[in-house]
Amino acid sequence: MSVNDLIKRLSAFLPPEAVLYETEDLKPYECDGLSAYRQTPMIVVLPQTEQQIVEVLRLCHDTQTPVVARGAGTGLSGGALPHAEGILMSLAKLNRILGIDPLARTARVQPGVRNLAISDAAKPYGLYYAPDPSSQIACSIGGNVAENSGGVHCLKYGLTVHNILKLRVLTIDGEILEIGSDALDSAGFDLLALMTGSEGMLGIVTEITVKLIPVPEKAQLVMAAFDDIQKAGNAVANVIAAGIIPAGMEMMDKITIHAVEEFLHAGYDLNAEAILLCESDGSEEEVANEIERIHAIMKASGATGISMSRNEAERLSFWAGRKAAFPAAGRVSPDYYCMDGTIPRKHLAKVLSGIETLSEAYGLRCMNVFHAGDGNLHPLILYDANTPGELEKTEEFGGKILEMCIQAGGTITGEHGVGMEKINQMCSQFKSNELEIFHGVKAAFDPQSLLNPGKAVPTLHRCAELGAMHVHSGSEKFPELPRF
Amino acid sequence: MQEIIDQYSATIRVAAENNHSLHIHGGGSKVFYGNLPRGQAEALDVTAYRGIVDYEPTELVIAACAGTPLVEIESLLHENGQMLAFEPPHFSETATLGGCIASGLSGPRRAAAGAVRDFVLGVRILDGRGRDLQFGGRVMKNVAGYDVSRLMVGSMGTLGVLLEVSLKILPLPVSEKTLSLEMDAEQAIEQLNRWAGKPLPVSATCHVDGQLYVRLSGADSAVQAAHQKLGGEAVADGKHFWQSIREQTHDFFQSQAALWRLSVKSTVPELTLPGKQLMEWNGALRWLICPDDSAVDAIRQAARESGGHATLFRGEIPGIPVFTSLSPALEDVHRRLKQQFDPAGVLNPGRLYPAF
Repeated sequence: MSVNDLIKRLSAFLPPEAVLYETEDLKPYECDGLSAYRQTPMIVVLPQTEQQIVEVLRLCHDTQTPVVARGAGTGLSGGALPHAEGILMSLAKLNRILGIDPLARTARVQPGVRNLAISDAAKPYGLYYAPDPSSQIACSIGGNVAENSGGVHCLKYGLTVHNILKLRVLTIDGEILEIGSDALDSAGFDLLALMTGSEGMLGIVTEITVKLIPVPEKAQLVMAAFDDIQKAGNAVANVIAAGIIPAGMEMMDKITIHAVEEFLHAGYDLNAEAILLCESDGSEEEVANEIERIHAIMKASGATGISMSRNEAERLSFWAGRKAAFPAAGRVSPDYYCMDGTIPRKHLAKVLSGIETLSEAYGLRCMNVFHAGDGNLHPLILYDANTPGELEKTEEFGGKILEMCIQAGGTITGEHGVGMEKINQMCSQFKSNELEIFHGVKAAFDPQSLLNPGKAVPTLHRCAELGAMHVHSGSEKFPELPRF
Repeated sequence: MQEIIDQYSATIRVAAENNHSLHIHGGGSKVFYGNLPRGQAEALDVTAYRGIVDYEPTELVIAACAGTPLVEIESLLHENGQMLAFEPPHFSETATLGGCIASGLSGPRRAAAGAVRDFVLGVRILDGRGRDLQFGGRVMKNVAGYDVSRLMVGSMGTLGVLLEVSLKILPLPVSEKTLSLEMDAEQAIEQLNRWAGKPLPVSATCHVDGQLYVRLSGADSAVQAAHQKLGGEAVADGKHFWQSIREQTHDFFQSQAALWRLSVKSTVPELTLPGKQLMEWNGALRWLICPDDSAVDAIRQAARESGGHATLFRGEIPGIPVFTSLSPALEDVHRRLKQQFDPAGVLNPGRLYPAF
């Protein structure tokens, strides 16, 4: 079907301002939070009701038109990168909180509601929504479901998958699926888990019931400086070994400390090789007990300096530096590229020294921030897109970091998703049989592959063409496929 | 160990070629649970593939073979001051990790800590073609590919034969105390949901015979402070009480009548159904002993109207499927997923739903 015909048919049920097709109107949608990848969509639609989404999907289904869902566009893996011959569907206008049930501790929300807006609305009841990705001011809950977003508190409070109860999902043929329930489980397969983190490939979520939990009575932060990154890593293990699950445990390396300190003056120790932030929350008694123990552990683990937040303002100012790591990277470098590998924590020192070696080899600086409690690394590679070849070099460097994470027994993405960005590394993480199962799951929901096609799961052909020739368990990866 | 996998795999392939089906058999502790396998099924005993694959307490992860007895895993964790926080019921000392995952059942701590599926980080399975596949991993956060690991939880062996499972583990609480308060079910439901909205260290709740039992877990000082706030009498042998709820050895469960498990929205009032009820999970789980087999429709309707579902947990009622039926749209999705994982319908057909 021609673009004009599609526009005509979309305009039959969508108001004029909800169908965009002029180049200048399409421009803002050409990328998500990963701006290195850009693609202008054919058409952008901004439905406002579920019925309108049903009609868009039916039209896409009838005309075999690819459709890409987009929330707030803050994703970091190009998951919402438009399709050149497809419709980009923004769900930003579905932004209503449909209801809060304070006694049952749940909120029913539309996908375009911002993550933080849920907690704001729940606050009068002493409740909040726990997952707090760093973009929580802007990112939408629909996007959080698509990516299974985490945040700095997820070791203790879980990821999106642990904090949602029910989804209302539209399939590509416009059928409604009620997945999950108001109870703590439901009959049949755990489709709630399958949908979470499925990157818009299986269905379009139109309503989400999230769990709300009580706001802790108190939160307090310990900041510890170390003269050696291995010592900081050991301190993390020692905290866990003592039976403590901190509310948050974050690590920054020296380059990061300097970059954020220049930017924010958070009071970080500039001589430190690593800084650990370790937060405790809960009842007054629980926090007092935990903070005392954490302090002792940091000391015993060889911290060169330890401070404890004395009040809420100080706690937030300690955090401010960590939360400003990305903007600080943007300040010391024209561009930065954020990686998202996760490793078993015991391999931290090895992986970090590997990154340092790569950094020297590629001549590119790399800042490391680390969700230390759960092993999720965010190396920020600093580069300049205006220097010819530097983006390509950066991508190669990033790819090598991810390979290293796989070799350490980890994964290529902890919380940002595969999207378009890490699709090649999926060939290294999974065998062809496993990728086949992923394609099968996709086909069970979307047999014609119209929902966000080409993302998250590489074709076997692509993996073979990459010629990665990775060796898994002593055998070649795609012996059944021809080489090019 | 690889020989064992090769053997399982060959059995699956042969069954697929000959249109046989397989009944996956672990420790046999949960044979009573779920529908009877459909048609003539050959048993596939999977207890031989056992042992701990990887355990480092400070990584908060354990990986073990599916045939490993749960008691072995839990005692190893306890020695290291850790636990499976979802407190899976064993129902027999033969219970295996694989059966725990396949049945997807969680115990008293579920409302506070999470369910089995919340702790699963990765799986290694054989699919219905006998292919050896791995999903997820041994790290806390992993969003590479669809979450096939959690999909296995509660799938009753219909999607794959579990080989290995990695789980997130948590430290044992420093201190625990069980309180008992006298109140009726109505009051208990209201009270429990109010408490759940406050930052209190409540780790399990149960209402039975006009008594509400509340377990507190955490630092000593926090547990004492919470006892002050909540009131009630301290129960001398709290551990034994929760064990009896988890393993269903409590007097309430001693009955020949059908045992129903109703998973509902936590705030719904006491259900008016024939028989006696026991409540867990702040009101979200209602156990019903119902001597009246003609009440099936009423039970299923009550659960549906309460935002949940009802499972015929123990006891057989002729012609009555164990699990709540799915909407046609959801059933289609289930059937297509089954088709992808097990195209020949070899693995536990009918165990979850008669149609597949």
